[in-house]
Amino acid sequence: MLCQECKKRPATVHLMKIVNNHKTELFLCEECAGRQEDFMQMPSFSISDLIAGFMETGKPHQAFEKPAQSRCKVCGMDYSQFKKAGRFGCQECYKYFDSELIPLLRKIHGNYHHSGKVPRKTGTDFLKKRQIAQYKSELKKAIEVEAYERAAELRDMIKALEESYGGQGGDNNELAE
Amino acid sequence: MNWLNEAGPERDVTLTSRIRLARNIADIPFPTVMLPEHARQVAEKVRNSIFDFSGHQRFAGIKFAYIKMSDVPEIERQILVEKHLASQDLMEHPEVSAILLDSNEEITVMINEEDHIRMQCVLPGFQLSKAWETISYIDDLIEEQVDYAFHEEFGYLTSCPTNVGTGLRSSVMMHLPGLTMSNQMNAILQTITKIGLTARGIYGEGSEALGSIYQISNQVTLGPTEEDIINNLSIVSRQIVDKERQARKALRQAGGIQFEDSLWRACGLLLHARIMSLKEFMSLISSVRLAVSMGLIPGVALEKIDAVMTMGQPANVMKKAGGRLKGKEVDVERANIIRGAMREILNL
Repeated sequence: MLCQECKKRPATVHLMKIVNNHKTELFLCEECAGRQEDFMQMPSFSISDLIAGFMETGKPHQAFEKPAQSRCKVCGMDYSQFKKAGRFGCQECYKYFDSELIPLLRKIHGNYHHSGKVPRKTGTDFLKKRQIAQYKSELKKAIEVEAYERAAELRDMIKALEESYGGQGGDNNELAE
Repeated sequence: MNWLNEAGPERDVTLTSRIRLARNIADIPFPTVMLPEHARQVAEKVRNSIFDFSGHQRFAGIKFAYIKMSDVPEIERQILVEKHLASQDLMEHPEVSAILLDSNEEITVMINEEDHIRMQCVLPGFQLSKAWETISYIDDLIEEQVDYAFHEEFGYLTSCPTNVGTGLRSSVMMHLPGLTMSNQMNAILQTITKIGLTARGIYGEGSEALGSIYQISNQVTLGPTEEDIINNLSIVSRQIVDKERQARKALRQAGGIQFEDSLWRACGLLLHARIMSLKEFMSLISSVRLAVSMGLIPGVALEKIDAVMTMGQPANVMKKAGGRLKGKEVDVERANIIRGAMREILNL
């Protein structure tokens, strides 16, 4: 949700005023919230607090330093805004916050490599890449146990797949050696 | 028919199985920062993925209706939530949100929720695999027309990083009175959190599980495949089902006539009370559900009891009363509704 006041930044602060049992609520960004005087700021505990917590544990020194702020060049969200809202602004945030994101994903999911479903339309090249990676790991095992016939088979399958999407796998080197 | 009027496997312990997928459309800002015009674009794209420009559905088999939340009265929106057909989050911005609901009320595609698209399939009893097949099929149909925000490493991109990857939340709603009465719930809850699952009470805020009803779901969405996530939850759920059945048996053996008496008394209160709070109602209907599932009250289908459970929820009571009720009036109306419903299902 966007700030109800400036309608520009994401709303990260929830303000509540109760006068004679009449409740008024406002959802604002931090800047606009700072200008509200007769509202009491409610302490809340949400998913964003948890995410902020995740970011700080294990990096105690960073709590005292002020690292350069990453900012998404597409939607304009900066990392501290994300930490407060617990929500990204757009798909490009995943690129711009890449370095902070991987430790975060590792803490939430224990992992950061998707191995599930892939969109059929846009994901065919990706599926091929994934298949190549799988054949490569099978190939490694086949070589270890000296199953050379199987290894040759796998090598041919990898080659065929690589040619079919035109790209070189990128990490070919480790096996070429 | 939806889960409230259809039998299902393991229904004595499992009320419903649900699979939800979170998806976003490529190159449109996420709901956190999007403008009303973006929301309109999202709604249009999703709608056009199901219906063509002349308004005909693009595929046969499942029949969808498109419903804008701004066209639905507030009380009806709450009923959608109480029937688990839509989420509370969707109702935060009714001016831009919409749903596609299938005629069997098993599949809902929510538009402009926390993510652009949240689609879910809810089936009665224990049917996680079937729910997954169904919703994955709907996902494919939408994807034929819409480009999803997808990242090769992180998978389907979502507003919140806790959903990224598969975007999949699988959950089973379970009735666990035996484990609750024998004080085993805490140990179970602690154990399942250690293996990447989470449990929360449903029909109740926070940790309080009204009517001993719990929803158990996966926490991790990135890394394992959809099938792994569902298998994991299935294995744990089956164990909980077995444990619950053992606990029920043990309680009946140890409690004898006193145990039976307590369940029948609950039935008596539902049939005769004049004032009933939600909390009391949930505890009593839970006892009656237990009695029915153990064969103590013969000839009653469990889905009928589950339908009564939904009738007693706040928005359903309000709707039945046809208007605004204040304070105690809700509890009086609830008692009225439940008395009638209980007489009907018991053939009195």
